[in-house]
Amino acid sequence: MSSGLITTAYIAAGILFILALGGLSNQETARRGNLYGILGMAIALVATILGKEVTGYALIVFTMGIGGAIGVMVSRKVQMTQMPELVAILHSFVGMAAVLVGIAGYLDPNTHYLTGVEKTIHEVEVYLGVFIGAVTFTGSVVAFGKLRGTIGSRPLLLPFRHFINLAAIVVTIGIGILFVGAEGTGFPLFGLVIMTFIAFGLGWHMVMAIGGADMPVVISMLNSYSGWAAAATGFMLGNDLLIIAGALVGSSGAILSYIMCKAMNRSLANVILGGFGTSGGKVAEGGEQGEAIATTLEETAALLKDSKNVVIVPGYGMAVAQAQHPVFELTERLKKDGVNVRFAIHPVAGRMPGHMNVLLAEARVPYNIVLEMDEINEDLEETDAVLVIGANDIVNPSALEDPNSPIAGMPVLEVWNAGIVVVLKRSMATGYAGVENPLFFKDNTRMLFGDAKETITGLLAAI
Amino acid sequence: MKIGIPRETYDEENRVAATPESVKRLIRLGYDVSVETGAGEAAGFFDDALESAGAVLTGAAAVWSGSDIILKVRPPSLTEAEQMKEGAALVSFIQPAVNAELLEVLKARKINSLAMEQVPRITRAQKLDALSSMANIAGYRAVVEAANSFGRFFTGQVTAAGKVPPATVLVIGAGVAGLSAIGTAGGLGAVVRAFDTRPEVKEQVESMGASFLMLDFEEEGSGAGGYAKVMSDAFIKAEMALFAEQAKEVDIIITTAMIPGKKAPTLITKEMVQSMKPGSVIVDLAAEQGGNCELTSPGKAVVKEGVTLIGYTNMVSRLANQSSRLYATNLTHLLDNLTPEKNGEAVYDMEDEVVRGMMVTKAGEITWPPPPPKQPAPKSAAPPDEAIALEPSFMMKLWQRWAPQVMPFISLAIGGFLLYSLGRVVPPAFLQHMTVFVLACFVGYMVIWNVTPSLHTPLMSVTNAISGIIVIGALLQVSGPILSFKTLLAAVAVLIATINVFGGFLVTQRMLKMFRKGGDHE
Repeated sequence: MSSGLITTAYIAAGILFILALGGLSNQETARRGNLYGILGMAIALVATILGKEVTGYALIVFTMGIGGAIGVMVSRKVQMTQMPELVAILHSFVGMAAVLVGIAGYLDPNTHYLTGVEKTIHEVEVYLGVFIGAVTFTGSVVAFGKLRGTIGSRPLLLPFRHFINLAAIVVTIGIGILFVGAEGTGFPLFGLVIMTFIAFGLGWHMVMAIGGADMPVVISMLNSYSGWAAAATGFMLGNDLLIIAGALVGSSGAILSYIMCKAMNRSLANVILGGFGTSGGKVAEGGEQGEAIATTLEETAALLKDSKNVVIVPGYGMAVAQAQHPVFELTERLKKDGVNVRFAIHPVAGRMPGHMNVLLAEARVPYNIVLEMDEINEDLEETDAVLVIGANDIVNPSALEDPNSPIAGMPVLEVWNAGIVVVLKRSMATGYAGVENPLFFKDNTRMLFGDAKETITGLLAAI
Repeated sequence: MKIGIPRETYDEENRVAATPESVKRLIRLGYDVSVETGAGEAAGFFDDALESAGAVLTGAAAVWSGSDIILKVRPPSLTEAEQMKEGAALVSFIQPAVNAELLEVLKARKINSLAMEQVPRITRAQKLDALSSMANIAGYRAVVEAANSFGRFFTGQVTAAGKVPPATVLVIGAGVAGLSAIGTAGGLGAVVRAFDTRPEVKEQVESMGASFLMLDFEEEGSGAGGYAKVMSDAFIKAEMALFAEQAKEVDIIITTAMIPGKKAPTLITKEMVQSMKPGSVIVDLAAEQGGNCELTSPGKAVVKEGVTLIGYTNMVSRLANQSSRLYATNLTHLLDNLTPEKNGEAVYDMEDEVVRGMMVTKAGEITWPPPPPKQPAPKSAAPPDEAIALEPSFMMKLWQRWAPQVMPFISLAIGGFLLYSLGRVVPPAFLQHMTVFVLACFVGYMVIWNVTPSLHTPLMSVTNAISGIIVIGALLQVSGPILSFKTLLAAVAVLIATINVFGGFLVTQRMLKMFRKGGDHE
């Protein structure tokens, strides 16, 4: 295939990628969008493989065969509650690939005759691509471990941790200057490898210091990094399609991180540099809180049946307990009785952006009764009953009422304005932010203790 | 405990303190409920409906003497109060400021009386706030009455028979009643203007679609508890000038200006009424407190100087069904608060700010007026930017004034300089890629903001697949001597990036298939 044809194929692929993302603007066009994405990728792959530079067909068929098979298997087997983990591990693959391609690109004999500015630029690109890739790789692996539970979700706070990060970056820059200025391949390659390991450490340490509930931000951030890593690789290889795709993914992740941060009223720096209650944030003082009123399955069942409007607020607890299917059955049951049931989703509910929406979709809950926080907050006043399933900080009134609270200013679902709030929870423990939740002690709040799935199943039986 | 709801005996009072829904809720709180026969008739709640909700129907005497808690709308007459059981409770509007005699009777009978107009204006007590729910209705009804007496359309129309200009409505006082009137008049299509002494309500007025009339005068009109206070003479003069000017222009004036415990201020003079166009309408919601218009006759609608003056004092009672529903709901919320155990036993906790504020007599003592509330209610009282406003220096002022204009140019200049220096040293090939990169970032930015939040997870998995495009980089390097280090690295990269491509797209497809709209049958 001539290079002209390859370029036009890349243009087509780039456009198709943009259409793929554009399609996600609503549910009706989303599936078509994904097909555009697949088509774009197929065109890009075929054009590249048929290009003059590529000859090792046997190896390509072999590796892509294995990779493809693994990909298909994973996508079939993964459970919807595991989506955050899957996304995290896929990020790490992109990161690793960027590292490998970067080093391989450095070893490529075709680039060795570059001189002057071009050589410098090329080396900077290699260095940067490998660095971003390496940080993405270990960061994502740690995020994966935390989401899976193999690594504790508590933030790991080493002494002098900011200093360690700073030192790592300074050393990286130092090696980088030596790397770019150096002649030959022996020493620079060594430097590149050393830097890779430092970047591995940096990515590991950075995500280790972030707690479980900040994962939506971390995952979006790593998503962004994986895009930038691809873009840097594109610069290195002078490949515009990689640059386009990388830039699209990078800005997508950046915007998602921004949205997530805004939903927690925190800055990105605040999320990365210090978790709740670790630096600056004040952990709730015990203070008199009053008494929480417990309730029973029967009472709650009667309450739900007598209500006209019910809003369900799911949180991470629903995902943990895998309660989305019984929740859907409950919804159907209530709808049959003429109860208007809707769902209210906070932007940071769960462990990744849109996590709750996917779980509810999996349980066949129609998306037009699943509403965003801004859409439903005003309606809560006219709602008879709210069912909070495994959520805590996102329904905490102190975010609005107590200016000294660590979560002050975070937009929350104002469930306490509803007639009555039933909170399904395992215990009275505080949420991730370590803040007492005055919601539990309000006059119109009832606590229903127990595992979310068993409770919902029990409720179904009681109705 | 037994809750009794008597019939309202006050002249032209159609409301009632119970509805079938509220009776059910009271019973659920553990109370026995008895209602006087025919109590709800005027409001459209008939005896059989109340009975089937669980209420016991009895005569007036049995309700008054046999109940532990009396729920009522208007203050009871002295005879009614004297029939009450000693130590019982009364919940109704009481107006302790003007009903000293009634207060003495309640005190003598050792009644716990909770006055519904004394609900403190705090967030927690909003659902008990009967004054607000009644004011809302009064505002609505004021517009309906005005429309009834006004000889023209509210909305402007262009018809085959000619053009109809819209009516112009001026609402004075943007409290709950005023805002409700603004909304109703706007809904009918009128052009609405509003005035209030409290500048902080401007936003609320504008959010209802009315224009806010500003007075070129500095005085803060917010008093304690979120109500307006009496203003200075100079302010009133400026205000009157504004009204005089407006009176000539507008078709309908709705006044809602009241100051708690005082005669309503006179805002519309005889001269202003004379200056209005014939056929105009004035609705005076303050008629019961003497009226905002000099010519108002409280309780009546009259035509003077060619202008219809509506001074009904029973505006709320004219919408008895709706107002009874809201009032009864306020009452059940109160009872809900008073009955923490849900066992039909009311507890009066004088430590509770709400109960303390409402309680006017308790166990043989007059407990009115309550201690002043802690802070003026809606936040406005504490100027939010006090800290910033602390005497900014001249330079700071200059900076604040010009920063918004200058900053964009500074950033443009910096950006331009960076691009210039980049263009000087960097080879064109790199810049071409840079162009692509920057434009792609912008496209990404535009496209991603349109993604609906509920599809954020599919967005992440599809971007995952797309970033698998890095496989191309690996493909370009995989060719070569099969055992070289470079080829090996590239081969591994191809493998894992392919996992991304396949895994990402397929799992996205799987997820998107699950999203379904209500009513779809697949």
